[in-house]
Amino acid sequence: MQNPYLPYPVRIDDILIETEDKNLKTFKFVFLNPEDEERFSYTSGQFAELSVTGKGEIPIGIASSPTEKGFIMFTVNKVGLVSSYLHAMKPGDLMGVRGPLGNCFPWDGMEGKHIVIIGGGFAFTTLRSSIVLMLDPANRGRFKDIHVIYGARSPGMLLYKEEIQAWEKRDDIHVHITVDATDDPDWKYNTGFVPTITEQKAPPGNADTYAIVCGPPIMIKFTQPVLDNLGYDSDHIIMSLENRMKCGIGMCGRCNIGKAFVCKDGPVFTLAQLNQMPKEY
Amino acid sequence: MKIIKIDKKTWADGLERLKNQYRVYGPVKEDQGFHTYQPLQDGQQPDLNCLNTRLSPKAIVHPQSHPMFEYSLDEKQADHHIMKPVEAGEISRAVVGVRPCDAKAFQLVKLNFDTPEYKDPYWLNAYAATTFVGLACNDPCSTCFCTTSGCGPFHEEELDILLIDMGEEYAANILTEKGAHLAGAAGWNAVEEEMGMDGRLADQKQAAEAKIRSFVKTDRLREVETTALYEAPFWEEIAFSCINCGTCTYACPTCWCFDIQDETHGQSGKRMRNWDSCMYPLFTLHGSGHNPRSTKIHRVRQRFMHKLKYFVDKYDAGIQCVGCGRCVRLCPVNIDIRKVCGLMNSYDTSACVCPTP
Repeated sequence: MQNPYLPYPVRIDDILIETEDKNLKTFKFVFLNPEDEERFSYTSGQFAELSVTGKGEIPIGIASSPTEKGFIMFTVNKVGLVSSYLHAMKPGDLMGVRGPLGNCFPWDGMEGKHIVIIGGGFAFTTLRSSIVLMLDPANRGRFKDIHVIYGARSPGMLLYKEEIQAWEKRDDIHVHITVDATDDPDWKYNTGFVPTITEQKAPPGNADTYAIVCGPPIMIKFTQPVLDNLGYDSDHIIMSLENRMKCGIGMCGRCNIGKAFVCKDGPVFTLAQLNQMPKEY
Repeated sequence: MKIIKIDKKTWADGLERLKNQYRVYGPVKEDQGFHTYQPLQDGQQPDLNCLNTRLSPKAIVHPQSHPMFEYSLDEKQADHHIMKPVEAGEISRAVVGVRPCDAKAFQLVKLNFDTPEYKDPYWLNAYAATTFVGLACNDPCSTCFCTTSGCGPFHEEELDILLIDMGEEYAANILTEKGAHLAGAAGWNAVEEEMGMDGRLADQKQAAEAKIRSFVKTDRLREVETTALYEAPFWEEIAFSCINCGTCTYACPTCWCFDIQDETHGQSGKRMRNWDSCMYPLFTLHGSGHNPRSTKIHRVRQRFMHKLKYFVDKYDAGIQCVGCGRCVRLCPVNIDIRKVCGLMNSYDTSACVCPTP
């Protein structure tokens, strides 16, 4: 019997400080046993348990794309015991990764459709994975127009800045970067909250358009009526949830919302599904 | 399979023979006056007069604290920082005197640990190594409501042998191959007169069932809408007196929730799993400080909705309760799952009409 709790051993290959407050770092991991990379076969939207030996595990969305080979990547906010310890670790250190866990975004159902990605703050990780996946030459033809609306509190709080600026220059993706406010006179992108920019920039909703929304609760709360007004049906609005987790495989009992486990039945749900569930997230 | 008779005079000898092949567990009276399941030492007998142990036997398969992996943080070790399975080497174990409700509970818990996508090796290996020798309840407690919660005083599901106390002897209904093997190991094979589960035994079963005077109704739980039930007005009143002590969850044979923690001593440690409880705020607290079940109303509702609605909808295997009555007896503020089940089962959203102005 395979033990679903056993992490794959990994080595920290690289650590990048993402934000000006230094609270977000991106970790690149390399599997110690090359065959584990094949076992860890994932798609954008899934997460994994990062296992810091002696401290515990944390569930984190996978920020790398399955089209990127040789490593896996996670962006971690420094919050509690495990993430704080992880932030103090160095390249070369050994730890574990367990997964991939949960369901990916519904890529098969979204094939041939317009995709609108709406993200706020540090919830942009699996969205980054999704964009890299869709922009891969082998995949770009599978989707129609791609819009990205991504906001952070300030320019220094945006994740993956260089990549986003590179996407901004492309003509096969419409990128709308925004910040809540900035005193930088050279800021050449949008200023305003994500719901406002969504209202201005997002294409109207129809049967051929899906919106993937990830962000803090306040952003989601105010983006939802905007999408309603734009004509998005609740089964065309896709969201990714977080809850406290331990096992990640639907057994330890804590992350449930009604009868669904965020870890195993989620973390990806449509708004239509969430409307039928208690609001315990 | 078959029913054999075991003379009570030879019972103790058989049990001793069993200990050569099994680690034998049974109800033992503690100094404080209550019973728990304990591994029986040589010469030690289980107290089969005990109807309901303080805690259920779930810990024999799902220990309160159990090592999953071990690790070294010493960088001089070749495999430092790598998790290694703790080889349990499952010992064959027999639980003697387990009540039918507690045995049935293993069937419900198995639904959680044995899924098409994932198998929990700790629970499943321990479960596979365990033989359940049940004891039918001739005189159930006043708080037992097993007959309306998918079970009963002579219920056989999940048991390998069902013992029925007939005064001078036990009738032993051998139900599985595992049970037959155990009976053989105890020397309880074929030396006794064979009989059927009719006549006197059937009468005894009927008499025991008639003594159950406490019931739950569960027929409407599936049809009531989850969100309506979640928003029902009665949760505040049910939760009002709850002190979130978690006693119900620890005593319950069908509660399985657990936590995972790394315990390090010096340069080495173990990744442990420990029982957890939905009654505690930490169970669901996010790193950000947000808590989706922040109040005790949330937590009390979660416990009852899980047992009586989410589980019912998810598995179509009845309620996640076997009617043992432990939580009813042990709750320090008298919260009663039978009453809550009644409220949920009879909840009628159409009857709740706001007065029109």
